[in-house]
Amino acid sequence: MTRTLHLAVALDGTGWHPAAWREPTARPDALFTPGYWAALVATAEDAGIDFVTIEDSFALQSAAPGTADDRVDQVRGRLDALLIASYLAPLTSRIGLVPTVTATHTEPFHVATGLQTLDFASEGRAGWRIQVSASTADAALVGRRTVPAIDLEAYRRGEAQEVIQELFDEAGDVVEVVRRLWDSWEDDAIVRDAANGRFLDGSKLHYADFEGRFFSVKGASITPRSPQGQPLVSALAHATIPYELAAQHADVVYITPHSPEHLAEILAEVRDAEERLRPAGRPALLVYADLVVLLENEQADAERALTALDDLAGAPLTSDALVVAGTPSALVERLLDGQRRGLDGFRLRPARLPADLDAIAHDLVPALEAAGVRTPVSPRAARDPRTLREVLGFERPENLFTAATERAPESASSSTEVHA
Amino acid sequence: MSASGLRQVHLAAHFPGVNNTTVWSDPSSESQIAFSSFRHFAQNAERGFFDYLFLAEGLRVREHKGRVYEADVAGRPNTLAILAAVAAITKNIGLVGTLSSTFNEPYELARQLATLDHLSGGRVGWNVVTTSDAFHGANFRRGAFLDRDDRYRRAAEFLTVAKSLWDSWAPDALVADKASGRFLTPGGVGEVDFHGDHFDVTGRFTLPGSPQRYPVIVQAGDSADGRDFAGEHADVIFSLHSEFADAQAFYADVKGRLPALGRSEDSLKILPAIAFALGDTSAEAEENAREIALAQTSGPTAIAFLERIWGRDLTGYDPDGPLPAIDPDPAGAGITQGRANNSADPKATADAWRARAEAENLSIRELVIALTARHALVGTPSQVADEINRFVQERASDGFVIVGHTNPHGLDEFVDRVVPELQERGVYRESYPEGEPLRRALGVREYA
Repeated sequence: MTRTLHLAVALDGTGWHPAAWREPTARPDALFTPGYWAALVATAEDAGIDFVTIEDSFALQSAAPGTADDRVDQVRGRLDALLIASYLAPLTSRIGLVPTVTATHTEPFHVATGLQTLDFASEGRAGWRIQVSASTADAALVGRRTVPAIDLEAYRRGEAQEVIQELFDEAGDVVEVVRRLWDSWEDDAIVRDAANGRFLDGSKLHYADFEGRFFSVKGASITPRSPQGQPLVSALAHATIPYELAAQHADVVYITPHSPEHLAEILAEVRDAEERLRPAGRPALLVYADLVVLLENEQADAERALTALDDLAGAPLTSDALVVAGTPSALVERLLDGQRRGLDGFRLRPARLPADLDAIAHDLVPALEAAGVRTPVSPRAARDPRTLREVLGFERPENLFTAATERAPESASSSTEVHA
Repeated sequence: MSASGLRQVHLAAHFPGVNNTTVWSDPSSESQIAFSSFRHFAQNAERGFFDYLFLAEGLRVREHKGRVYEADVAGRPNTLAILAAVAAITKNIGLVGTLSSTFNEPYELARQLATLDHLSGGRVGWNVVTTSDAFHGANFRRGAFLDRDDRYRRAAEFLTVAKSLWDSWAPDALVADKASGRFLTPGGVGEVDFHGDHFDVTGRFTLPGSPQRYPVIVQAGDSADGRDFAGEHADVIFSLHSEFADAQAFYADVKGRLPALGRSEDSLKILPAIAFALGDTSAEAEENAREIALAQTSGPTAIAFLERIWGRDLTGYDPDGPLPAIDPDPAGAGITQGRANNSADPKATADAWRARAEAENLSIRELVIALTARHALVGTPSQVADEINRFVQERASDGFVIVGHTNPHGLDEFVDRVVPELQERGVYRESYPEGEPLRRALGVREYA
């Protein structure tokens, strides 16, 4: 078999098309019920999808990103993604669960323990799609800081870069401290030594001892090291600053190329950032391309379905990611081409839920298996589940604190102090 | 109140905590963090028709003498995430988590609690705690910044903001009508615009009203401020008053304040925390209680207990020998971080303990057991059921938060043996009504 093509599905509401909720099979009235999410993830798991991401934001959705709108003709409202993922953990056994959690307005300590707990509840299938919140609406709901309104046009002209850099620097610090907290208990810190009355070996707990420009966190975590040690960290990135965040801190980056040439440019930039910023000893960043997909068995049907949705929405679908309306077999060719051009995988955003997830599960995945880039789920896999890291080919990471004492002490800088 | 005219017993199941109450050295003890333990504990409590599962929270690993404290169970999950996971493997039992109003922000926590209420079908409660000190604050962006007096003011303002968010979607806001293309009723999602001493929150909430609208509010503070807060906001008091006469006095005091607040006596439930030990005979139960106390008080645990008062290292002393003749070190206050039981006058405390140990001929370990012995339910299953029922019928409590001493099997025997006795007395439910929210199970105010 050739190299495995990694495959993730991005879940958001009733799908990524703003009019998808009006599809006959959509269940917009069930969006706030647990059964809705359990059914979608069961479909993805049965198809052998590696992981699902779950979108989130503090503020209500808006057609004008960053500020509120008054529209009543699109899906508005959502459940907290980390808690949806936690709910799904005991109901699933193979699929990775990757909620979106913002780094901007949250406590790094709570983020760290929340994801560790997801990793325990899922027995090693937790991940994190880190998000940076640059919107004034998010900031106003928290009320602890103001974020200047960033005009999209100004941003594209390269203005507002200082504000963006500041937010991403802070997010980088959040990942750094979260990773330290994840490793703050060594795997064998719990000794249960009844003869000596010791439950813990305190020398195997470590302060995170993080002091940065934006916040400080002492540590250790209240949660022991979780099954994966370090849950998977992923980030969506569209420009240099986010590429740098991903290269320095993430395991997986989602990019949004719109053509083969664009893909080549982005890959070159990501690999350059990796060379400059990636910590020594960390495995190479996996690069996934995001695609919005609408699938029908005939090309003409797919195009008609997209046009019908666009008509309902009152405007053609626009997205940061490429929109692909077509047949599963054409999509297979596109994915294989992307793999040949250097991508490790794709994160597919179904335009319509559940319709396009069903098509991914029942048509696309079997075609990828036939092409030899995915392995069918075996009965054995169901009995002997692997961690999300294992599914993606990563080793279980060495603990930052013990690695630091055995190798380069600067790799964990001030955090190497033994708690004694 | 049932058809029989008897007051009904309410029970909560306390997930084993991270102090010496939980005997990790017991052969039946399993992981305190593996999900399998939460699954067993929660499903057993649900088998026993408990009102709710109760989870404590600690936001920093405890330290003693400048080091991680090693003698007790440590390591716990994130409260919100574990309750969401437990919601998936239970159907009826309430899920009450302890969450700090100091180290959270109202928008985020209101949204998380509403999410849990949606995911669990209306089974969520929030034990509001207000503690804020520099030791815990060091783990948070906010740091330690609150005077003791300000904690309850922040908590009250926190709840005000949270309720305005929980109320912000009109009952008919969500339409989701495919034919007309209307997802929301125009104006159905209100904008919250709150500005107070502690919070400024402006914008729209992302969730329609949840099944209970507000989570059940639990409160444990025993101070005057705490009682006032409970009178105004709480649905349940997690009480420390478990001795009968004391419990009756507390019950009368708290319930007596309710009419002036426009509340009925039933709208606030009082549930003291209590341990138990069972046996086939009273004597066997007493013997089991003694064994549990010994297991809870290992030598290192007893020495550490003394060190918290002495403020100095006492590891050279024999836990089965007499108390130290040396006096406490006045500079040693705060030797333990992460639990609140330092004495205001260590010398006086030490003198009193030495006097008692001498008079009763107690070793260090025996003294610590005597000092930490709280009122517990000890007896045959029938006797324990009678005692629970006496508290409830005679208005000393509305039931109990039951604390087992092992994880995750600590309440198995209680469910097997005591619950049927309570049911026989006609004071405890024999099934969960279909789809009943936690507020209705508890018989407190409903908002949905």
